[in-house]
Amino acid sequence: MDLAEKNVFHHKITEALGVNAKDATLSLTFLVVSFTALLIGGVLGLLQGLNRAGLFELPSWFDYYQTLTAHGILLLLVFTTTFAVGYFYAALSHTLGGLLPKVRNMGWIAFGCMVIGVVFVAATIIAGEASVMFTFYPPMQASPWFYIGLVFLVVGIWIAAFGAFINVAHWRKNHKGQHIPLLAFFATGVFVMLVFGSIGVAVEVLTLIPWAFGWKETINVMLSRTLFWSFGHTLVNIWYLTAISAWYVAVPKIIGGKGFSDALTRLVVILLVILNIPGGFHHQIVDPGITESWKFIHVFMSLSIGFPSLMTAFAMFAVFERTGRRKGGKGLLGWFKKLPWGDVRFLAPFIAMAAFIPGGAGGIAQTNNQLNQVVHNSLWVVGHFHLTVGVTVALTFFGISYWLIPYLSKRKFTPQINRLGIIQTILWTVGMLFMAGSMHAVGLLGSPRRTSYTTYGDHQAALSWDPYLIFLAIGGTLLIVAVLLMVYIAVHLMFFAPKGKTEFPIAEQEADAYPAPKWTERWGLTIVLLIAIVAMGYVVPIIEILDVPGSPPFITW
Amino acid sequence: MKLHRAEEIWLIVGVGIIILAMVFTGYQAFAHGMAPPSGMETLDPQKVDETAPFDNPGIFEVGADEYEVVMTLEAFRFNPNEIEIPAGSEVHFTMTSKDVVHGIQVIGTNINAMVTPGHVQRISQKFDTPGEYLVICNEYCGIGHQMMAMTIVVK
Repeated sequence: MDLAEKNVFHHKITEALGVNAKDATLSLTFLVVSFTALLIGGVLGLLQGLNRAGLFELPSWFDYYQTLTAHGILLLLVFTTTFAVGYFYAALSHTLGGLLPKVRNMGWIAFGCMVIGVVFVAATIIAGEASVMFTFYPPMQASPWFYIGLVFLVVGIWIAAFGAFINVAHWRKNHKGQHIPLLAFFATGVFVMLVFGSIGVAVEVLTLIPWAFGWKETINVMLSRTLFWSFGHTLVNIWYLTAISAWYVAVPKIIGGKGFSDALTRLVVILLVILNIPGGFHHQIVDPGITESWKFIHVFMSLSIGFPSLMTAFAMFAVFERTGRRKGGKGLLGWFKKLPWGDVRFLAPFIAMAAFIPGGAGGIAQTNNQLNQVVHNSLWVVGHFHLTVGVTVALTFFGISYWLIPYLSKRKFTPQINRLGIIQTILWTVGMLFMAGSMHAVGLLGSPRRTSYTTYGDHQAALSWDPYLIFLAIGGTLLIVAVLLMVYIAVHLMFFAPKGKTEFPIAEQEADAYPAPKWTERWGLTIVLLIAIVAMGYVVPIIEILDVPGSPPFITW
Repeated sequence: MKLHRAEEIWLIVGVGIIILAMVFTGYQAFAHGMAPPSGMETLDPQKVDETAPFDNPGIFEVGADEYEVVMTLEAFRFNPNEIEIPAGSEVHFTMTSKDVVHGIQVIGTNINAMVTPGHVQRISQKFDTPGEYLVICNEYCGIGHQMMAMTIVVK
């Protein structure tokens, strides 16, 4: 059998038998870690919300700042990254006719590295040696083992990424002249961003380790911050690109429609990959050490990411309208009613998309210099990312879970679970509306983020924030119920739902779809452009902060 | 790649809004001097107490209704930690950190800046309305971060 035939054969086996059992175990294992992180991170989030509202005192052996550091790392880093790897490895297995044995092994090694990393990080936080937040800005100095844990996490991510590249390259070799399947294209984009986005933070952490062991006396604070945000911002777009992969590929199929233009979808992926890394500077708009002109240039860098998102907004509603009209929706908005609102696999990602309208708009507002100065480091920012990550990304991930988990565990998604899923989605949405809404409002008034409950000596301004903070606690309480429900649903679909076959939904293209141009497959070109944009954005500002006098370590918690 | 006519219009309007935002931001920053605080001078964070002007923190009258506040930030206090000025004063803050990264925000004004060790950060504000302004540290700086605050009294 030559290779091409062998691949067709493989594909038929996949069709007949469903998912490759070994690939499924790998992806499910990632998802188990992901939902465990959601559970623990969620509980810590509730404790924090209650403290912040002044309703609850955290014990000194696990104080507010420890709780917050663990909450941020578990949800922003562990939940999202393990979910993305589990999901995309399943997607590669499904669309490329199974993972190569070598790649599956790399997946396991990546998993091992990430678990070791999480254990190191969690242990140092629990021991009270790393209350430094997920941003770990020096010269606050955590235990060296905290940073070593981060290295393991990053190495795990890289191994997973290179595994994906090997699988995609293998497929391309055997399918000369063909476009890689759209979902595999998204996976490639996400893993390219993960690799390039984490280079900055890897360099940062590697300079922090000798400093944390005391082998090096001082650290360059501004350089560390800048390298951190070159990663921090990319990570945001990695979640976002992961989420929209399901919007473009799975959601149209779930609602009984066809995909939006394959060519434009690939263009969106390429634009996001190229444009996003220099966006990191919008986290440093009120920092010293970066000139006013560079800050202005970076407003452009940040805003340019809005362009592919506008394309996505159009694409989604175009698909919804087309599908609704085909189902007999009449008039200007009749198609809207024809959408499957009772199907949580649609409802959850739909709310996720809807939340991105205010989420994206808030992002565009706060990336403009002067507006940023109003809200920087206030609870507004926390509200912003609870809307974008907490709703847009998380609800899409939940929406994926309803079909991905039973597909992997060879079980059925039952009407009962659908009903529970709808309740979960509503609770989550209402909880986040309370939480993100009150955070946005009180942030505009000046209430700071990352601060345990305080009235600043009963200052009138601070006292006026209290009523808003109560809504934050109400939101947090609804959210913990939603977290518990979601974890129950995930566990049920993994181990207890009735046996059966669940489809991996992949939308077909319209019959008259425009074919994607050849250059969309030229990843080398995309990466060169990415590096060029990163160089344009970073080289001069970094040179300007290279010789800032260093800081000795401080442990202030 | 072919775009639908409606999508073209949508994207043109979207890009228009983005460009308008850019133009506004640039106009305010460079024509009105409202650029974000971007202090570029550096100093040795281990020698703040010996480096001018931080060897003598305080409030200095530098002109008619114009003051300079030389301020150091450290876990968990501002120095000076009490400022009193007459209404209508223009105040120029010159700040640095003696230890970790801090942030200064004056509630009810546009003062919001990161203060990092190794850099001198500058920001100016005109205080027209009398009152007691709450000044807080808005970057997590340690276990006492929620206590790091002071007031500016405008009379």
